[in-house]
Amino acid sequence: MSQKKTEKLIDENDIRLDGRKFNETRPVKIEVGILGNADGSAYIEQGKNKILAAVYGPREVHPKHLALPDRAVLRCRYHMAPFSVQERKSPAPSRRELELSKVIRESLEPSIFTEYYPRTSIDLFIEVLQADGGTRCAGITVASLALADAGIPMRDLVSACAAGKVEGRLVVDLTDMEDKAGEADLPLAYMSNENAITLLQMDGMLTGEEFEQVVNLALEGCKQLGQIQKEALRAKYVVTKDVEAQGEKEEVEEGEE
Amino acid sequence: MVSTMASRVRQKRIAQLISRGKRLDGRELADYREVQVETGLIERAEGSARVRLGKTEVLVGVKFEMGEPFPDTPNEGVLTVNAELVPLASPTFEPGPPDENSVELARVVDRGIRESKAIATEDLVIEPGKKVFVVFVDVYVLNHDGNLIDASCLAALAALLNTKMFNYEVKEGEVKIKPGYKPLPIRNYPVAVTFAKFDDKLVVDPWLEEEQVMDARLTMTVEKDGKICAIQKGGYGYFTAEQVIEASKMAMQKAEEQRKLVVKE
Repeated sequence: MSQKKTEKLIDENDIRLDGRKFNETRPVKIEVGILGNADGSAYIEQGKNKILAAVYGPREVHPKHLALPDRAVLRCRYHMAPFSVQERKSPAPSRRELELSKVIRESLEPSIFTEYYPRTSIDLFIEVLQADGGTRCAGITVASLALADAGIPMRDLVSACAAGKVEGRLVVDLTDMEDKAGEADLPLAYMSNENAITLLQMDGMLTGEEFEQVVNLALEGCKQLGQIQKEALRAKYVVTKDVEAQGEKEEVEEGEE
Repeated sequence: MVSTMASRVRQKRIAQLISRGKRLDGRELADYREVQVETGLIERAEGSARVRLGKTEVLVGVKFEMGEPFPDTPNEGVLTVNAELVPLASPTFEPGPPDENSVELARVVDRGIRESKAIATEDLVIEPGKKVFVVFVDVYVLNHDGNLIDASCLAALAALLNTKMFNYEVKEGEVKIKPGYKPLPIRNYPVAVTFAKFDDKLVVDPWLEEEQVMDARLTMTVEKDGKICAIQKGGYGYFTAEQVIEASKMAMQKAEEQRKLVVKE
C-alpha cells in the first residue's frame, strides 16, 4: 500500500488534508424516501461519497426455490457506477463488489426481523454514484435507512464507519487517499441498542493496542452517524406533524424530540 | 451418505455443550484440530502444499506467469489469489463460476499475504513498468469440514515457502531461462485464526457442524511479529466490542502455535 507521498496527509498540528481532526467524521447529508418506485430509499453524501440505496420488498421470491420457509431472504447488491471513480470501472460486478455485497448483507441481516416475512425476499440495491473511500460503510448506513423507510421491522438502525492508521496516527473515517497511502483501514458496522458489531474487516497492519484504539474510534464514529441517521429519518415525517399541529393547536405536544 | 446439515438434536447438543465450555468432538474451546502439512506434491507446480485440518482438506498450487505490473506499482510483481470450491469437496458445492463464498475465501487469503507483504514482490520485476512475474496462488478445496479460511491460509503459506523460481537472464528484452532454481523470496508468515461465536463463547477452528450452529465467525490474520494484518467477519450474527478485543488477543497466541507447523526456522 505504501506509495510515494506527494504531500503530507496530516500536518504538524494534527490536522488532516481536508481540515479534519483525527476523530472527526466527514460532513454527512442524508435524505430518506427519495425514489418513486422503491418501497424504501435513501441517499447519503459523506464527504465526496454519493450513494443511493433502494429496497424492494418484502415481495415474492424469484427464482422461487430460493425462498425460505421460516424467514425472508435478504439479498443485496453493492454496485459502483462506471463514472464513480477516477479510472472508469467496468459495470460488470467485480470480485470486490461480490465480497462487499456479501458482507453488507451480513451486516444488515442481524438488524431485521426476517422471521416476520417467511417465503419472501427483501431486495436491497446500493449504487455508488461517486466514491471517495469508505463506500461500504456509507452504503450500510444509507441502506439501513432505506430498510427503515420501507417499513421493515428492525431491532435498530445499523451505522457504519471506518477507522485506521495514517502516517502513524490513528484516525476515523478515511478518505480514499488516506486509505491508499495509509497503513491500515478497519471498516466497522454497529447497532448501538444491542452493542452489536455486525461488520468488521481490516487490511493493513496494527498492533494489539492500536487495534483496540481503532475499534473504539470507529465505534465513536458509528455513534455520531447514528444520531444523524435518526434525524434524517425523523425529518421525513416532521412536515406531516406540523400540518397536524396547525389543525389542532391545543394538541401540540410538549417535550417533543 | 453425507448429510448436508446436522440434525436438530445434534445442533442443540453442540450449542449446549459449548455453553458449558465443552465441544462435541472433545476439544477445548481454544483448540485446533490436528493439522497435517505436506509440501511439494504437485511436481508441475512451482510450489504446492496440502493441509489437512481434521477432515478439512485444502490443496494449494503456485504457478508463475510473465505479465505486466499494475500502473500504480511499476516496480512490483503481481499476486493473484483464486479459490475453487470444487464440487467433489462437499454436496453443497456446485460447478459453475466462483460464487460469493469462494470469492470471499480467496480475498481473505489474498489480504493476509498482501497486507503482511509476505512476498518480496519487488524481487519479481524483470523490466520495471513493463514485465514482471505474476504469482498465481490457487486454492483448491478438496474436502469441506469447516474452517476453510484457516486451512487455506496455512496451505497458501506452506505452498509459497515451498515455491521455487527458475533462474533467468534478460538478453535484448527477451527472458532466457537458465538451469537451476532459487526459492521465492518470502519475508513474512501470515496465519489466519478463525473464531465461531456462540452467545458469549468464542470457539477456535469451528468444524462444519459447529459452523451450521454458530451465530457468526471472525477471522484474524496475524503476521510474524504479532501484528494483525487482516480481519474478516462473516455470518448473520454479531460480536460485541469486548469479544472482538478478546479474539484479537487469542488470535495472536494461536497464530504463533499454528505458524510453527509450516515455518521451520
